[in-house]
Amino acid sequence: MANEYADHTTMRSALGRVRGLGSAKGGTDHWWMQRITSAALLPLTLWFALAAASLAGASYAETVAWIGRPWNAVLLLATIGLTFHHIAAGMQVVLEDYVNQEWAKMAAILAVKAICWLLALASALAVLRIAV
Amino acid sequence: MRQGRVRLPGRHAAGPESNHPMPIMQDSRDADMLGRRTDGSTVRRPLSPHLQVYDMLQMSSAMSIAGRITGVAWSVGVLLLVWWLVAAAAGPRAFAQVQWFLGSWLGLLILVGMTGAAWFHTLNGIRHLAWDAGHGYEIPTMYRSGWTVLIATAVLTVLTWLVAIIAWA
Repeated sequence: MANEYADHTTMRSALGRVRGLGSAKGGTDHWWMQRITSAALLPLTLWFALAAASLAGASYAETVAWIGRPWNAVLLLATIGLTFHHIAAGMQVVLEDYVNQEWAKMAAILAVKAICWLLALASALAVLRIAV
Repeated sequence: MRQGRVRLPGRHAAGPESNHPMPIMQDSRDADMLGRRTDGSTVRRPLSPHLQVYDMLQMSSAMSIAGRITGVAWSVGVLLLVWWLVAAAAGPRAFAQVQWFLGSWLGLLILVGMTGAAWFHTLNGIRHLAWDAGHGYEIPTMYRSGWTVLIATAVLTVLTWLVAIIAWA
C-alpha cells in the first residue's frame, strides 16, 4: 500500500456517512403493533380457547352452526387477523436475531409474511363461507 | 423488554479492529460490531464475554427464552386452527379427518402441548406488558411474577382440559 492511512480515513463527516442509510421513522411501529395485537388477543384468545374446549366432541353440524353465528364469525375474523399479524411480527424479530446472512434473513422474513398472509386469507375465507 | 434474545459472537468478534476499509455488510451482527472512529477509520468493537460467564438457567433468562420458544411453537400449532376452519368450510368428510386427527393420541399430545405453550406465552406476555409499562423490575418482584406465571400455566392448562373433557363427556 502506497498510502495505508488513506485506506481507512475519510473526509466525510459522521453525519454524511449515515445519510441515506434509512431513517428511524418506522422504528417504533413494529414494536408498538406487537404490544397492541398482544393486548387485543388476550380476551379473544381466552374466548376462543374456552369455546374450542367446549366444542370438543361436537358434531360437524354443531361446529359449523357455532362458527356461522354472526358474533362468533366476527370475533373469529378479528382473532385470525390479529393472530397472524402477531405471528408475523414475532417471527420477524426471531429471524432478525438468529439469521445472520442478509439475503437469507430477508428471504426468511418475506417467506414467513407470505405464509401468514395466505393462511390468514384461507382462514378468513373459511369463516366467511360458513357464515355468509 | 425483548424476549429471549441470546447474542452470539459474530465472525469478527475476535479482533478489536481492522486495517481494511469497511466492506458491504454481509453478516448483520456486523451492524453492532463494526463502527468508525471520528477520524473515519474502522473499528471492530469487542463483544464482552457473556455466554461463558452468564447463567442461562436462572429465572430471568430461562423464562425469556421460553417465551420465545412457546411463541414459535404456538405459531406452528395455529396451523391446526387453520386446518380445522378450512375443513369445516369444505364439508363433513374433510371435517371428519380433522376430528379424527385431533382425537388421535398424536393430535391430543400436540393439543395438550399447545395449550401449555399458549398459556405460558400469554401469561409471560402479560408480565412483559407490565415491564413495558415500567412495573415489576425489582429482582424479588421479578422472581415472584415468574413463579406466578409458571404455577398459573400449570393450573390453567389443567382447567382448560377439564372444560374440554366435561364438554366431551
